Amino acid sequence: MIYFDNSATTKITPAVLETYDKVSQEFWGNPSSLHRLGDKADQILESARNQIATILHCRPEEIYFTSSGSEGDNWVLKGTALEKSTFGKHIVTSSIEHPAVTNSLQQLEKLGFEVTYLPVDKTGHINPMDVKEAIRPDTILVSIMAVNNEVGAIQPLQQIATILQNYPNIHFHVDAVQAIGKNLGEQIFDPRIDFMTFSGHKFHAPRGVGFIYAKQGRKIAPLINGGGQENNWRSSTENVPAIVAMAKALRVATTDEINKAQQQQELRHMLLQHLKTLANVAIFSQETPDFAPHIVCFAINGVRGETIVHAFEQYDIYLSTTSACSSKKGTKSITLKAMHVPDKIATSAIRVSLDETNTVEEMQEFIATLDKIYQHFQVLN
Amino acid sequence: MEYTEIMVRYGELSTKGKNRRNFIDRLHGNVEKVLYKYPDLRIHPKRDRMHIILNGTDATTIMNHLKVIFGIQNFSPSIRIDKDLTAIKELAFQLVLEQYQPGKTFKITTKRADHQFEYDTNQINLAVGDYVSDNIPDIQAEMRQPDIKIQVEIRQDGAYLSSKTFKGAGGLPVGTAGKAELMLSGGIDSPVAGYLAMKRGVDIEMVHFYSPPYTSEHALQKAKDLTVKLAKYAGNIQFIQVPFTEIQETIKQNVPEGYLMTIQRRFMLRLTDAIRQQRQALAIFNGEAVGQVASQTLESMVAINDVTTTPILRPVATMDKTDIIKIAEKIDTFDLSIKPFEDCCTIFAPPRPKTKPRVDKAQQFEAQLDVAGLMERALKEIEVTNITPFDSYLAPVDEQISSLL
Repeated sequence: MIYFDNSATTKITPAVLETYDKVSQEFWGNPSSLHRLGDKADQILESARNQIATILHCRPEEIYFTSSGSEGDNWVLKGTALEKSTFGKHIVTSSIEHPAVTNSLQQLEKLGFEVTYLPVDKTGHINPMDVKEAIRPDTILVSIMAVNNEVGAIQPLQQIATILQNYPNIHFHVDAVQAIGKNLGEQIFDPRIDFMTFSGHKFHAPRGVGFIYAKQGRKIAPLINGGGQENNWRSSTENVPAIVAMAKALRVATTDEINKAQQQQELRHMLLQHLKTLANVAIFSQETPDFAPHIVCFAINGVRGETIVHAFEQYDIYLSTTSACSSKKGTKSITLKAMHVPDKIATSAIRVSLDETNTVEEMQEFIATLDKIYQHFQVLN
Repeated sequence: MEYTEIMVRYGELSTKGKNRRNFIDRLHGNVEKVLYKYPDLRIHPKRDRMHIILNGTDATTIMNHLKVIFGIQNFSPSIRIDKDLTAIKELAFQLVLEQYQPGKTFKITTKRADHQFEYDTNQINLAVGDYVSDNIPDIQAEMRQPDIKIQVEIRQDGAYLSSKTFKGAGGLPVGTAGKAELMLSGGIDSPVAGYLAMKRGVDIEMVHFYSPPYTSEHALQKAKDLTVKLAKYAGNIQFIQVPFTEIQETIKQNVPEGYLMTIQRRFMLRLTDAIRQQRQALAIFNGEAVGQVASQTLESMVAINDVTTTPILRPVATMDKTDIIKIAEKIDTFDLSIKPFEDCCTIFAPPRPKTKPRVDKAQQFEAQLDVAGLMERALKEIEVTNITPFDSYLAPVDEQISSLL
């Protein structure tokens, strides 16, 4: 089996699963309980928080656990809206965000908020100057993703951060779900960023767990009220085994990160070199530093993306049309549409997404299979 | 710059005449205790300074430890190189450059312990100073108050250069003033009292009263963690926990409400004094401040102090709460002290304690109790823990947790 759909989800690492298992058997108390069992669970929960904070160079109090990347996005956007609506109701975002962002904002629009959706250029990047122009006196939030999940474009967060230095009251949120373990630290972290969303299962942690970074001093309203967990910001009995497993997965993902990213870059290079030799292929991802090393999006003209996905499936090779979330619904790629890729080509798009477990041999086999499939459809066309 | 050694200058001990050797030996011992985790270090206590040879250990880490050791006036990280004038000149220039900004002045100060060295102090000062001036044309030399001060020392085994001096904690080495017991509750004041005692060279031991199940495990862990915070000044501290439940319950049953607090405190002081005697300490320290609460009025102090003639020292007696808090924040005990775990001073606290208790009444109420028996049973159950700056009690990350992460 060759699994090239790591942006959809990753397989849980056996050692991470082992941690999950042990924590759920040996630290099963409720962290809020007063007694020893509660204490023990609380201790490992806080140790996990500390570990994540250390890896991300922030304070443990700035890490809040969630159930997913989508929850994180929903929380920061709606939480900001609830907290800051008296100061203004205008929000700036890009036109290529994950649906967790876009659909949350659409919901806010129904409640009277105004949203500016910034365009992207033909490589899938927004122009930082557009952010500056979009800002109004009543702007309360700028939300821009770090790495686009469909084509891999890294957004110019540093430049946006510099612009936002002059607007200290605006919340700056970054959806960084696709950006962990790819050696992108310098491009995606900036002290001006107030909130970041992360999701565990994108880096070999279990499903159902994620976290947000919330800079000290910044405040968002809670969406889940209850027993006051997570410093009263996000109630719910903590999912201790998943959280600890995620802290471990994050440590593993960020260990030797440079080499791992390098390896994915090399595989990407092999694939892109080969794609360039195929006449009827359109390529949407590049090898420049403003693209993440693990995503390659391309299209074979005239063949629908889902047909290609199924064709590869027959060889036990797994990839996606542009994003897993939209692929089943048959909706077309949000990002390619924003990049003004014609509909006919956009519906043919497929996405290869790598991680550190993929090998050169797998890529060679993938390329050989791609050739077979390509030839087959060329004859039919 | 990769520093090779840290030079430590002694504080008040220079004035201590014949006792000097004792003071230096004690400071040496304290420094070794605090730095025992770094096996590559070599510590040489000389008559006027202490040299800590780093052998590759990170200088900043070691300096952070040194900052809190009492008896140190200041210290300088330095670099050892061969006794070669060209090399000395170049390194001195680099050290100046590190701190140089237009308009800043400099000075070279040389000490020569190796009189065989071919240049004398003045020649070295001149040669090095000239070299710096040649390379930074705009820089001015300034003898009285230079911005950048480079110290050059020619010793037998090499030349030592340093450019920065950091302030030490001052005070006297812990242990030079003898041993005492500190009554540690868990509040804000007693750790500050302990810190001030250690600053004057007192080797303190913690006496902590606990009353399970009225007080939780957490209260005990918190007191131990406060001791951890203070242990960095001494290397290690003995923590003595005294069970107090039976005494508190007995007092509650037999003594009128207005005197509950006074009698409890008299027991605490008696027990502490007994421990002091057993452990051959000289005095008792506590965190009482005059008038702060009912038990700390002068009348209360008289009624409580009645049980012993041992000196009771109260370093924060006349300080305002805000000033005590400032010190607590500085020594990093404040956040821990305000954690809300019930301790044995707050349980059974009567709503209306006597602020002016009378000694004769206190004695009269106590006469109905089996004081000796209660004392004996409590003392039999005391537990002593050796606490170091590297311990952690409220939230120890144990091995199991770190293996899972």
